[in-house]
Amino acid sequence: MKTTQFLFSGFGGQGILFAGKFLAYKGLIEGKQVSWLPSYGPEMRGGTASCSVIVSDEAVGSPIVSKPDVLIAMNLPSLDRFEGAVAPGGIIFADSTLIERKVTRTDVKAIYVPATKLASDNGFPTLANMILLGKILSELGEFNDAGVEAALAKVISAKHADMKEINLKALRLGAGQ
Amino acid sequence: MSEKVLMKGNEAIAEAAIVAGCRHYFGYPITPQTEIAAYMAKKMPKIGGTFLQAESEIAAINMVYGVSSAGLRVMTSSSSPGVSLKGEGLSYLAGADLPALIVNVQRGGPGLGGIQPSQSDYFQATRGGGHGDYHMIVLAPSSVQEMAELTVKGFELADQYRMTAMILADGTMGQMMEPVALDDLKVAPMPAKPWATTGTGMKRPHNIVNSLFLKPEELEKTNFERYERYAKIQATEARAEEYRMEDAEIAVAAFGIAARVSKNAVDEARKMGIKAGLIRPITLWPFPNEVFRKAAGHVKAMISVELSMGQMIEDVRLASECRVPVTLCNRAGGMIPTPEQVLEAIVAAAKGGC
Repeated sequence: MKTTQFLFSGFGGQGILFAGKFLAYKGLIEGKQVSWLPSYGPEMRGGTASCSVIVSDEAVGSPIVSKPDVLIAMNLPSLDRFEGAVAPGGIIFADSTLIERKVTRTDVKAIYVPATKLASDNGFPTLANMILLGKILSELGEFNDAGVEAALAKVISAKHADMKEINLKALRLGAGQ
Repeated sequence: MSEKVLMKGNEAIAEAAIVAGCRHYFGYPITPQTEIAAYMAKKMPKIGGTFLQAESEIAAINMVYGVSSAGLRVMTSSSSPGVSLKGEGLSYLAGADLPALIVNVQRGGPGLGGIQPSQSDYFQATRGGGHGDYHMIVLAPSSVQEMAELTVKGFELADQYRMTAMILADGTMGQMMEPVALDDLKVAPMPAKPWATTGTGMKRPHNIVNSLFLKPEELEKTNFERYERYAKIQATEARAEEYRMEDAEIAVAAFGIAARVSKNAVDEARKMGIKAGLIRPITLWPFPNEVFRKAAGHVKAMISVELSMGQMIEDVRLASECRVPVTLCNRAGGMIPTPEQVLEAIVAAAKGGC
């Protein structure tokens, strides 16, 4: 039995909810039990956004992630707010373009990806979230082309089908970091 | 098995309502249930239905009264302050014996309160919501799949018993996404509604839908008849899920999101060697009294876990006939108890520290 609790956090507009939805769909496609819960407070409107994603081999109880196994911090306020909550032995993925400081906890693993810079250097400035996701999946040993492509097909609507290729590129770029 | 999709609880309610044959939706936006209205606004025009954003919640519930009088499946949805506004209409629907589905995706109160999840409209929902002697059937989903299933069930029960049914959810249940299989939803055919105001065709006397009875003898008769129906519902429609209750010594009572949190705590307690179990009412009215009465015969204590200052706890005490101590484990105002908080309450109860 394995349950992994993810907490995505960043500014509104960085694709926090989308990244979480992608991960939940990937889990669903791979036969896992999943839940996705966004913060829906006024902070969404221009402040920090966060979302809880749980991927598990068994039924998900509480969908609220208060002690994440994996924290994805896309800005400094998110790292400041949630670093202390990460479960011992957990992993923190930080966008090092936007977060200058290092993780201070010594009982968690810290992985720094200059996602925002990589995104703009590679011509898809809005896809820092997917670069980080690519890194997360490869770090967890969960990156596989079939799962990633199937999940993308679910989260990108037919209207935006042209965005699929570029998202895949961003995921692969992240996985290679 | 059908394909599962990820949907928000609010969207699952809206889609399930359409599957159940609801083609008329009236509402007014309010967080955290606005996705229901948004979904209906998008879908209803495409399937020949009605979506109308009313000028207020009061207008919306009265439009529901109108459509229901004509014998059609109809719904409205709101969140706590908006449901208070609908209170008058809920009472009129009850007085006229009209079926309808009302959704309350609760937020913290009282007053305008906040927008975070809450269960503090339990009293309002289970005691009717408006003035006069009446009840609504109150259903409490605990997953997105159940948001869909109980929506269908709500329409069916409402039609069967000619009364309003309410989905009592909360902000978490409305906003969260989970896999849901909508193709699996089964919908019973809608019963005939010979009382509906569909036009006489010059073949029958006029049907009149009304809640005004100026002769007290007549009004009393409608009340007694209604309560006979309620007695039948209480005897046959109460539902609860029991989790690890077979040998439980501590029973946690919780519905909706509180039940999800409590399930984690029950599992943790079992790992510590404490025999804990969960009773999750699925119908809040009728309350599953029998399940609690039975449990009171073999547990040492009960804990009511709620996102309120303690409302369901009164029904838990009534149902268990005060044979065991019942304590409250709660957060309020938009806060949610953690599994750790519930576990602490279980440990305290196991030690007899109630």
